[in-house]
Amino acid sequence: MAHYHRRALLAGATALTFAASIRQASAQAAPAGPYKLDPLPYPANANEPHIDAKTMEIHHGRHHQAYVTNLNAALKEHADLAKKPLHELLASLDQVPQSVRTAIRNNGGGHANHAMFWQIMGGKGGEPGGELKAAIDRDLGGFEAMKKAFNTAGAGRFGSGWVFVTVDKAGKLAITSKPNQDTPLMDGERVLFGNDVWEHAYYLTYQNRRPDYLAAWWNVVDWSKVSERFAAAKAGTLTI
Amino acid sequence: MTFTLPDLPYAYDALQPYMSKETLEFHHDKHHKAYVDTGNNLLKGSELEGKSVEEIVKASYGKNQPLFNNAGQHYNHIHFWQWMKPNGGGAIPGSIEKRIESDLGGVEKFKADFVQAGIGQFGSGWAWLAVKNGKLEIMKTPNGENPLVHGAEPILGVDVWEHSYYIDYRNRRPDYLKAFIENLVNWEHVEEMLSKTA
Ligand SMILES: [Fe+2]
Ligand SMILES: [Fe+2]
Repeated sequence: MAHYHRRALLAGATALTFAASIRQASAQAAPAGPYKLDPLPYPANANEPHIDAKTMEIHHGRHHQAYVTNLNAALKEHADLAKKPLHELLASLDQVPQSVRTAIRNNGGGHANHAMFWQIMGGKGGEPGGELKAAIDRDLGGFEAMKKAFNTAGAGRFGSGWVFVTVDKAGKLAITSKPNQDTPLMDGERVLFGNDVWEHAYYLTYQNRRPDYLAAWWNVVDWSKVSERFAAAKAGTLTI
Repeated sequence: MTFTLPDLPYAYDALQPYMSKETLEFHHDKHHKAYVDTGNNLLKGSELEGKSVEEIVKASYGKNQPLFNNAGQHYNHIHFWQWMKPNGGGAIPGSIEKRIESDLGGVEKFKADFVQAGIGQFGSGWAWLAVKNGKLEIMKTPNGENPLVHGAEPILGVDVWEHSYYIDYRNRRPDYLKAFIENLVNWEHVEEMLSKTA
């Protein structure tokens, strides 16, 4: 706690120096737009001790909120694009006008990735069963081999990005990693689950130790939610 | 051992309150050290072993991505520590100010554009003041890249990887960048690097 107190003091000193810019930032309410930030589906401390509550609050309330706000801003003058479902918008970035393409790629990707991320956490870890377990055994060499390959891909993503398990309509699984807020949705694929390896996802608890974060993260996965996504993917109803 | 981790040129708590002791401990002792150690491992037995960091950065760009990542970050951090000092910021030395006036539209515009470059570098990376074709230019690069591989010579750079500011500023990257330019920049090191450019 002394730890956080000192951080708060530091932030306070900075806030004084830059009071003007902070006032400006907090005055910018989210513009009206098609996307909104859903509340976390569980309390911010639900993933402790593996992911601390402060990280969850900032990650959801600041980072994810910024992606939603910026996505809506980018879509403001493009009613046709705003009408498209997000997964279709992200799968057809080549049809998006150059002036807003990067903004939609970064912020639309950020919105889709984080919406998925909150949904599949809040659980107690363990291992999946049923058809999902069978698919993991078949395509990824079993649960332990999947974890190892997933963690390696996450640790090997230099800079910011994500590591995913994708799923196709036949239920076939694959591990992939993407930079920044790119997502397999941009390749027309579907995401079964994924982990955020931007430093903001783990820095307050793990600092430079990304492999420790990747290893601990499995303790908060909600496999019942992942299994629901697996069933939806096979039914053709999984979107983001 | 081609790369060595330099000591910080000031105490770990010397940049408070703009950059905390805790941030510098992790950033220097863990992050920079990891680039040095990983870079040295990747260099072992390669033809680039023993070359200068600048040569290794340029030679590995586009050819050996893991080596480039670590060599680039080693170069970037060597200078990053020197681009800051206690009681930094303040008046810009005349020799640089003149160039900023003529090439970048004045000091206030330079500061705003430099901060904006850092904000606009999505994900991890750096914002720069560099000399390209004899003129000052503001640049931004992802991850471990730097102006050396874009035909330019950096004279000032700021790390916008989240590890550089997350403990002190959390998601507020703009506040970190303003603190850097107003309160941390060691303009003497910028001046020295400018004087060495072609
Ligand atoms: Fe994130
Ligand atoms: Fe860094």
